[in-house]
Amino acid sequence: MAATDTPAKDPAAAAAPAAAPAPAPAPRRTPGKGLRWLRRNLVTLAGLATLAYLILPNAVVMVFSFNKPNGRFNYQWTRFSTDAWTDPCGVADMCGSLALSLEIAVWATVGATALGTMIAFALARYRFRARASVNTLIFLPMAMPEVVMAASLATLFLNMGIQFGFWTILIAHIMFCLSFVVTAVKARVMSMDPRLEQAAQDLYATPVQTFLRITLPIAAPGIAAGALLSFALSFDDFIITNFNAGSTVTFPMFVWGSAQRGTPVQINVIGTAMFLVAVLCVLVGQLAGKRRKRS
Amino acid sequence: MTATATPAPPGPQPRTEPAAPPLRKTPARKRLIPYWLLLPGILWLVVFFAAPLVYQASTSLQTGSLEDGFKVTWHLATYWDALAEYWPQFVRSVAYAAVATVLCLLLGYPLAYLIALKAGRWRNVLMILVIAPFFTSFLIRTLAWKTILADGGPVVGALNALHVLDVTSALGITEGHRVLATPLAVVCGLTYNFLPFMVLPLYTSLERIDPRLHEAAGDLYARPVTTFRRVTFPLSMPGVVAGTLLTFIPAAGDYINAELLGSTDQKMIGNVIQSQFLRVLDYPTAAALSFILMAAILAMVTLYIRKSGTEDLV
Repeated sequence: MAATDTPAKDPAAAAAPAAAPAPAPAPRRTPGKGLRWLRRNLVTLAGLATLAYLILPNAVVMVFSFNKPNGRFNYQWTRFSTDAWTDPCGVADMCGSLALSLEIAVWATVGATALGTMIAFALARYRFRARASVNTLIFLPMAMPEVVMAASLATLFLNMGIQFGFWTILIAHIMFCLSFVVTAVKARVMSMDPRLEQAAQDLYATPVQTFLRITLPIAAPGIAAGALLSFALSFDDFIITNFNAGSTVTFPMFVWGSAQRGTPVQINVIGTAMFLVAVLCVLVGQLAGKRRKRS
Repeated sequence: MTATATPAPPGPQPRTEPAAPPLRKTPARKRLIPYWLLLPGILWLVVFFAAPLVYQASTSLQTGSLEDGFKVTWHLATYWDALAEYWPQFVRSVAYAAVATVLCLLLGYPLAYLIALKAGRWRNVLMILVIAPFFTSFLIRTLAWKTILADGGPVVGALNALHVLDVTSALGITEGHRVLATPLAVVCGLTYNFLPFMVLPLYTSLERIDPRLHEAAGDLYARPVTTFRRVTFPLSMPGVVAGTLLTFIPAAGDYINAELLGSTDQKMIGNVIQSQFLRVLDYPTAAALSFILMAAILAMVTLYIRKSGTEDLV
């Protein structure tokens, strides 16, 4: 059956009927070329397949934001409808949880970026005794499963009698975003040419001027990367929030709850909208960068 | 400590500085700068990260109930009972996380290689496509797998038509003619969720390799496979090590994929900790389990970093 279906792909099968009469090299070269092309592009094809695996769920989320499901769950395609897009906040409590998540993410980003940048500068610029232990303390939260951090922090809050809610979530988010900011900023500051600052000082810049006009602008991409990462991590965090939120509901908590009660289509609308806005921002940023380079 | 350090710098400094500037290379005020920079952030980590871990260790040794309160009684049996009851979930967590990590490496390496070395002017577009999925909440994306792997869906239909599911059922990674609520679904979800954490460090280390090294290998008559095996792959080792750690650690502690895509037979240790803490309210057991998980992962990570010989990760 395989021989009749795909004679061209199988070199042995293709060669067999054409063995005696036809000019021998021609049929042999065609599959050979295909094979060679396949071998040359194997990595590309495998990479693109992986990319498809990564993108597929986003495509499904997008398509199902136009669904009108029969039951409470939006897992099966029923029929096309734009109802959810015209009424994105039509589900009780969802937009409230979204606003709360954004608020927490903004404050967590501000806190973690400020504290993390300070630590990064200390580590990149100064030699001091506790360096090794500080490095370990920064590394450990990234090497710790979230459940462990979540459960232990919640135990502490519980035993200290602290009410779970906005503040406990914010404290936890700053805690786990901090290390990522330090890593991002430290890498940038370390790779900076120290002669630039020396040059500024040679030109009679005060330490404050040097910091504001030389050091900070060079470190800015690292700080921005750390801040963006913090925002994304905080906004999307579920495990640590689940343990430390009490009855407060952030957007991921809302999605988690709806996975048990019934998933409204509006969840997909929010997911798709965030995806599109982010991609748009990146594209605009890229274009702006290109134009600046050209001019 | 801070209280004693605060009054010190303004006191002796004005006297020593004009008297003997060459003796002291840096004035005390300057020497304290790094400590002031570190103080708030490190304090935050000590109070809200390190102290809770210690506190949790003491909680795991407590006995009592929610009504009467918990007391430290050095009740080590909690650990023993927890291990005796939940060792299958521990083994499952490590196994699922290990398989997902290997799959991430196998799937992620070609993609990272493609972006770093072959994409040319498409590099930025591909990079955006790798990062973009992050912007949709990962819980929503994980729920999308419920649709993709649904019983009557095209994926399960195709796998059934090709008799793949018969093979996987025989191997025990699926059950009957479905994928959802089987180990395959959970591992697939774990692999999907942590794949970007593998691709990004791999990309960083591949991109850093000097392209002239590849050319040199080619000039010395190395076949592409040999170039990869002897030049490219060894030089990408830091990315491989970082990537495997970044996927294995969160995957081992994850409970979202097991909850959303698995059944009760696929519960991982994270599920147990979560339900002990948030539903059963048995804090000592939850603390003991999470302490064991932490110790196990730290031990594995330390061993792995030693073995792979890249200790400059920190």
